[in-house]
Amino acid sequence: MIEILYFAWVRERIGLPREKVATQAATVRDLIAELSAREERYAMAFADLESLRVALDQELSDFDAPLSGVREVAFFPPMTGG
Amino acid sequence: MRLSVQTAPFDLGAEANAFAAAQTTAGAVVTFTGIVRDNGGTLSAMEIEHYPGMTERAIAAIMEEAIRRWSLADALVIHRHGRLAAQEPIMMVATAAPHRADAFAAAEFLMDYLKSRAPFWKKEIGADGAAWVAAKDEDEAALTRW
Repeated sequence: MIEILYFAWVRERIGLPREKVATQAATVRDLIAELSAREERYAMAFADLESLRVALDQELSDFDAPLSGVREVAFFPPMTGG
Repeated sequence: MRLSVQTAPFDLGAEANAFAAAQTTAGAVVTFTGIVRDNGGTLSAMEIEHYPGMTERAIAAIMEEAIRRWSLADALVIHRHGRLAAQEPIMMVATAAPHRADAFAAAEFLMDYLKSRAPFWKKEIGADGAAWVAAKDEDEAALTRW
């Protein structure tokens, strides 16, 4: 099981802040494809990867990163701190 | 170094004074404060969301990098989240170094990285609705100068 977190407009589009998912996805990109195939709201949230960022176990990562050993995946738009 | 991610307001003057008073080897203290900007009086509130856990880790890593690169005597970051009104302080950084050039550079570095690498998201709530603040290309470009 992998824990997936969503923030900002990604959270709003998908309609929940976090969920546990059973997946065999090898990479972040594979996980996105699995989620997008589930329901339209996921497909909408993941439609434009250019406008998304991903963190694996709370470290910024990229869409081709492997998920092996990862416990927590987070999807969010570019950050606007400061 | 001290780092605080909090919903509560902070007292800029008290924080700056305490930070400066605690220094024993520094000759320069620089502080920066970000406040909620009300573009033309239309803002009802700003909501700041963050990623608990990653936020603290990301800010600590940025601070450690600043301390190492500019040999800082000390650094402070306070960043709020939750619902804020116009003109309220959002965040502050303070840096202390033997000389001012390092304190200024490190403060700018911290600000550039906090903008684009600390997991916060701002949403502006106005009379006509709410909108997420979009990240600016120039904020991402600012990182390349370091």
